[in-house]
Formats: sequence, C-alpha cells, structure tokens
Amino acid sequence: MDDLIADFVAECREMLESLGGEIVAWEAQPEDRARLDSIFRFVHTVKGNCGFFDFPRLEALSHAAEDALADVRAGRRRADAQLVSAVLAVIDRIGEMVDVIASGEKLPDGSDDDLVSALQPAADVAPAPVANTAVVGEVAARTAAPRTIRLSVELLDRVMSGVSDMVLARNELARRLRDSSVDVAVDGAFERLSGIIAEMRDAITRTRMQRIENLFVGLPRMVRDLSSELGKQVLVDIDGGDVELDREMIEMIRDPLTHIVRNAVDHGIEKPADRLKAGKREIGLLTVSARQSGNQILIDIVDDGRGIDARRLVDKAIAAGIIAPGDAAGLSAKEKLNLIFEAGLSTAQEVTSISGRGVGMDVVRSNVERIGGIVEIDSKPGQGTRMTLRVPLTLTIIPALTVSIGHQHFAIPRSAIEEIVRANGDSVTLGRVGGAGVATIRGRRVPEIALADVLGLPSTLTDEERTLIVLKPAGGDVYALAVDKVHDHEELVVKPAAPAIMATGLYAGTTLADDGAPILLFDAAGLARVGGVRLENQERANRGADKVQEEGASRTPVLLFRDLAGARRAVRLGVVDRIEEVPAAAIQPGAGLLRVQLGDVILPVAGLDTPPAAGSKVRLFRLNDGCSEVALAFREVIDLAAVLHEVIPADVPGMVEGVTLIEGEPAELIDAHWLFGQLGGARTLAGCERAPVCRLPGNDAWMQNMLRPIVEAAGYRVIGDGSEEQADLVIAAEGSSVEGRGERTLWLSASPDAANENSIYRYDRAALMQALKGGVQ
Amino acid sequence: MNELLLIVRIAGERVALPAAAVESVVELDAVIPVPRAADHVAGLSALRSRVLTVIDCNRALELAPRETGTIQEAAVVEWDGHHYALLVDGVDDVVEALSEASPVRAAMGTGWERVSRGIVQTEEGALLLVDVAALIAGPDAARAAA
Repeated sequence: MDDLIADFVAECREMLESLGGEIVAWEAQPEDRARLDSIFRFVHTVKGNCGFFDFPRLEALSHAAEDALADVRAGRRRADAQLVSAVLAVIDRIGEMVDVIASGEKLPDGSDDDLVSALQPAADVAPAPVANTAVVGEVAARTAAPRTIRLSVELLDRVMSGVSDMVLARNELARRLRDSSVDVAVDGAFERLSGIIAEMRDAITRTRMQRIENLFVGLPRMVRDLSSELGKQVLVDIDGGDVELDREMIEMIRDPLTHIVRNAVDHGIEKPADRLKAGKREIGLLTVSARQSGNQILIDIVDDGRGIDARRLVDKAIAAGIIAPGDAAGLSAKEKLNLIFEAGLSTAQEVTSISGRGVGMDVVRSNVERIGGIVEIDSKPGQGTRMTLRVPLTLTIIPALTVSIGHQHFAIPRSAIEEIVRANGDSVTLGRVGGAGVATIRGRRVPEIALADVLGLPSTLTDEERTLIVLKPAGGDVYALAVDKVHDHEELVVKPAAPAIMATGLYAGTTLADDGAPILLFDAAGLARVGGVRLENQERANRGADKVQEEGASRTPVLLFRDLAGARRAVRLGVVDRIEEVPAAAIQPGAGLLRVQLGDVILPVAGLDTPPAAGSKVRLFRLNDGCSEVALAFREVIDLAAVLHEVIPADVPGMVEGVTLIEGEPAELIDAHWLFGQLGGARTLAGCERAPVCRLPGNDAWMQNMLRPIVEAAGYRVIGDGSEEQADLVIAAEGSSVEGRGERTLWLSASPDAANENSIYRYDRAALMQALKGGVQ
Repeated sequence: MNELLLIVRIAGERVALPAAAVESVVELDAVIPVPRAADHVAGLSALRSRVLTVIDCNRALELAPRETGTIQEAAVVEWDGHHYALLVDGVDDVVEALSEASPVRAAMGTGWERVSRGIVQTEEGALLLVDVAALIAGPDAARAAA
C-alpha cells in the first residue's frame, strides 16, 4: 500500500509540476481549451485515485473542482476570473494535501467548504483570502517534504568522483595521523569527519542507483489492462526487484522490457479456451525476474504460452527476402528463432492494437545492444518462450569478496560465490589426479585450481594452507578456487577495464579499494576457462567409471604408476577418485581382507599382501566405480598417459587385465572390474541408483507379461523400443528385426530345437538368468 | 595554428606525442600488475579516483624493458573511453609543429615502424610523431591483425 501511495504522490507532484505553467497561462486566457483540458485531467485523476485510497477530503475537493470544470467544458459556464482563482486555490490545496500524505501523516480534519463554495457560480466570496487560511497551516511548515529536482547525470558523476577523491584524501590523512602522535582531540575531530565522509559517499553513490523494482512496478497493471482487453487471463510473477541497476540503465531498458512483455501477453499467451484445449491451466503465467550474474544483470521474461513458431518465422523471412530459401534448411533452431530480431518480421497473424505492427523485436534488440547488452531468445512450441535481457553492470555497485595472492589484492563477485572453506578443514580433502587438482568437499568432488597458478604469481603457501572459495559461475558448474588469503566483503563500484586487460578473459572490471589502490575484479567463468576447468562436462565426469570406458580403449586416459613391488602399472583415470596417504597402522586385516581406515570409512585394500611395516606410510589410490570404493596401494605415480596401443589380455582373470605399451614401455593395466568384483561392495555411495537398462519390445505380449517380471527381478530397468535411451541389453524374439544401436542383444527362440549359441530357448530359465546376470556386470 | 606536440623520451629517443591527446603528465607511485595481461601492459594505477591502465612504452615498441626503480613518469591519455598512462623516460617540452607529418623512408625497428605517424619538423629539429593508439594496442594486437 505504501508503494502505491508513493506512486500516487509522485504522479500528483509530476502533474502539478507540469501544470504549473498551464495554470498561469489559463489564468491569462480562460478560453484556452487545451489548458482547461489538462487541468481537468489533473483533478479528474486525483479524484479517481482518492476513491481508491480513501482520502475523502481530497476526493470531495477534487470532485467539486471537476464538476465546475466539467460545466465549463460543456459550455454551461464561462471561465471567469473568479472561477479561475477558485480552481487555482483548489489545486494549491491539493498540492498541500499531497505533501501531507507524502510525509506519512494523516490528513488533518478540516473543512474545504470555503473552497468548494468559491467554485459555485453564485458565490461572491472573494477566494483570495481562502487560499491562505489553509487547511494545513502549520502542517505545511513541517512538510518540507522530499522535493525533487532534475540533475544531469554528468553533474552527479562529477560529485561522485569528488567524493571519491575526498575518501582517498581522508585515508591518506588517516595514515599520516597514525604515524604522528597527535592530540586526542584532533583524533576525535578526524573520526567525526571520517564518519561524515563515509555517509556522504554512501548517499552520493546511491543517487545513481535504483532498484529495478522501479521498472517492474508498472508491469502488473499493464499486463492486467492488456489481458482484459485481449480476453486473456495472465498471472504476473515478479522476482528480483531488489537488484540494483544504474538509473540511466533502467531508463534504457524500460521500453525494450515493456515491448517484450506486451508481446508475451499478446502473442505468447493463448486465450483461456485454447489453453484448456492444449491441456494447460486457463491462467497464463508470465514471470519477470532479475538477477545479477557476474558483471551482468539478467532479466528473464518467461511465458508459458504457445511459443514461437520457428517454421513460420522462416517462411516469413523468406517471403521478406531476409534469407534465401536455400539457406533456410541449414539454419539451426536457435538461428531460426533469432530471425525474429530481423527488421520487418512479425509472426502475428493479424496486426493488433497491442503489438505486431512490424516494428518490434528489431527495435528491442538495437536498443538493448546500444547499451552494450544482448537479447537472447529460447522457445519451445506449445510450452512457452523465454527472453533474456543481459545488460552490463557498468557503474553498478557489486558486493565482492577481496582476496589476495602474495601482496596483491583481487575481488571476486559475491554473486558467484557458493561457499568458503578452509583447505585443511575436516570436511575437505585435496587431491591431485593426473596433475589436475580435485577437492572433495563434504563428499562432493569439484575441480580445484589455485589462483596463484592461474595468474602465474609466486606464492609461498602450499595448497593445504590456502582457503578454498567454491564458485559457481553463471551458466557453468561449480569449481573451487584456492586463494592465499580472504580479506573482506566490500561493495565496489566497478568500472570497465581497458581492452588490453579484458583480453585476458580473466577480469570483469576494475575498481578502487578504500586506500585508493586499483583492484581487479575477476570474472568467475573466465577464471575457470583460463584455469582449464571444463565447466559443462563436470557433472558427467563426476559419475566416474562407466563413462570413460564407453569412449573406447583406443584413447583411454590412464594414470601410470609403480606398485609396491616396483612393477610399472596403469589404472584407468576414470576410476581414480583421489590419492590418499595413510600411516601403516591404518591398514589392518579384517574379515578376510586387508582393510584401510580413511577418516570414518573402511575400504578393502588391493596391491599389497601383508600389512605394511609399522611406522611406514602407504599411498593409496581411492578407486570409485560410482557405487562403491576400494583402495589400491602404490609406491609412486609416474605420469598421466593414454592407452593408444592394443591391450594384450592376460591369460587368467586377475588384478591385471593385460599388458600394453604406454609411452614406449610395457605396462600392466589394472583390471578395475576384477578388483571391484573381488573387493567391492564394501561401501555403497549415496546417489548410486543407476540400474542397468533393458529394452523389451513393447508390442510383444509374452515379453511384457512373462519375461518382464524376471528381467526386473534381475535388477534391470525396462524401457520400450520407442525410447532413445541407450540400453545395456536388448531382448528380442529371434527372427524379429532390431535397430542396430550397438547394444548387446539377447535373442530368444520359441522352440528348444532352434536354440543355438546365439539364441536361448525362451523357457530355459537357467540360461536366461545367466544372460541377464552377464548384463548386470 | 599549428599542432602542439609534447616531446617525451622513450627508450632514449626524443619523440613527439600530439599534445591534444595528452591530458596531463604525472609521476606514478604504485603500479599494480595485471597478471596474464599482454607484456606491454605494466599494470594499473590510480589517479584522482580514476583507474589508469599503465602502458610500458618500451615493451610496446618491443624494446628491452625499462629499468625499474626509476621515477615513473607518465603521460596520461584518453583513448576510446579508457584512461591510459604511457610510461616514458622523461617529458621535455611542448613545441609547435612546423610541418605536416611526412613518411619516414629510413628503415626503423619494427616497433617504431608500427607506431610511427611520420616525421614532423619543430624548432627542436625533426621528431618522430608517435601514434598513441598504436602504442596502446601493443605488438600483440598488430600481430593478430596481420
């Protein structure tokens, strides 16, 4: 409610301001119809809003003025000097009342009869004294309410840079004062000055910033009006109004945003009947949200309407000569959607009064690009459209964390930070896999890079002494950044850096610290890129073993190591979780196997036959098949390599799968499969529910009714033949055709006689079970 | 009115910068390095609450780096909305150009070749007029464009 009142007050003030000149002109020329109209509109608006807000006094006053003016407009009355004065007195009083409302106080009780009667044609009361015997008398004095003036942004910038200089001068003075011994009184005075300057800087900085709410506040009303005009029902959901944006920037995106929202309501969201037909709720949902992401502000406008018909866009584009018919086929889905930004294209079938006049998205795009932003579009036919405005953060204040490497400070945008953990904390283990850092934080494995390495700066700290900052860049996956020291949270005014600095891809901008020294602000995604972290693939790589093996043995990355007996061996990198070093005492025989205690878990150990000599230390690979873990003892890691040559299989199954040439020398390849088979299952990890998948023909009643329960009992998840999913096993009746997907196929024959080495008699339960079991492994 | 030139010393040579481009001449106290930036970017410095990108002119000309520890005198220029401090050995004088820049026909070092806008006559003799933008862009940009 307060917001609405504030809007009302702002609107009234704005109108009063612009009315100022009109009133004077109208006084000089009471016949002027245009002037009369604008004054009439003002009192009319005030009257309308008053009813809504319950300001009866204001309403009565404006109503009386409206009546009088309506008479003049209708020609029933002449605007004589007396009426003009009376109206002016009313307007003045409205202004006073608005000030009272703005100050948050209740309108004082009182009577406006004097003014109202002055409006009457018969009245010969001189209105002049009335204007002064105000309602508000002494209230007016109190309500030197927030007044507004217009300032050029340039002037604000100058003031801001002046204040920044002042802060720097203060800081220098503070240093000097600390160095010299001065009177306590001087110190006190300086403290006061210092506080005032800080406050002032805060206020000045805020002058340029505005909450994006100001931009959003008008949207619900607009959507309501639009949708009722179009006979649609739309629910608006607004989020992120507290994101702050440069005032100028807000003005620049007002029109594009309005246009996109109108488009979404007009073309995107269907009529209630059509929505019901499409199986959606009658009420369309329009979500407008803003968030800060690195050095950009993202504004999403998402509707759940009919989406954009890419095919029709292409047809239109061809018809309009924007693209050649031959090129259309080669366009990707995204490129097709982006045609909407071409001038002269609109998919609306008919031109409506709301939008679809042919000037549209191309104007939106050029407006957004003019301020260095971009517009992205994503749409699924039948499901809706998402438009994203990305605008730069230039001159916005961003909360940041300052960190340091050596003596140099840097800032990281706080929006990208997930958490901060100490590298030597209990919940964190650091490991290296083939030279790449991996941090395990409370069981979650994330890539780890050291800031000092990325920047090539010298640092005396080891990884364990550092602090890990877990970062989640926009559109990417989490990774951990090891920094030497974390300092402070600060609000920084970020400015764009010179092109030569941006070219590094590491930085989002520069800023000045409180002591006046420049600080570089990192771009979290850029750091990951330069640090060599693959952002998108991260999640999948986490799942471990099976993925790597699928890629074929020809280029499997392996970790080359020497085992305790000195043999040159290799283990597939995908199964290595991390490397641990444990004291010999941690390895004890237990339940028939050697087992190692690592923190609070106990894992079976392979690679050594007897408990190691007391007092020594043993290094272990921690292997992970995605479901369970085992440890493999080794002496030293040689290198990270790839298996390029053929693997000569071992004669008997065992820990060694075979021998191959790695970097010109033979090495034994560890059979992780065998290891897990022998030792595994000791500890099941959370999140391991991947069941093997079996594809059964959906139209075969026997398979569905008789076979399916058996297959499911064997631990498979059953999918139909329509599914695109990769199956571990396909079961098909002999003689039927199966699409070649490179999957293992089990053929079933209908009679025992037809069974051969390729197919199984379908009631041969033992053979079936065996085949199924083979698939599970 | 002839163009005014600022005579500066870069790598021991007296050269001219267009004075109109130079906002001020300052002594920089602290230069914060920018890791991973191009070689000729010496770092960042602050001047009256503005961030300056400091360009090492010797490096921009692909010459041996400047000796450190000397007083860091720099000419501040604005180019394409950003402020730069061009590190020079020293600033001598402001003179009037007595001629238009004419091409240099003698073979110069590649670095000089790249930033040269020609020779201008002044009261202090003929001087090489240096292109500020080329100096800022540095050798890498030129190579990338080639």
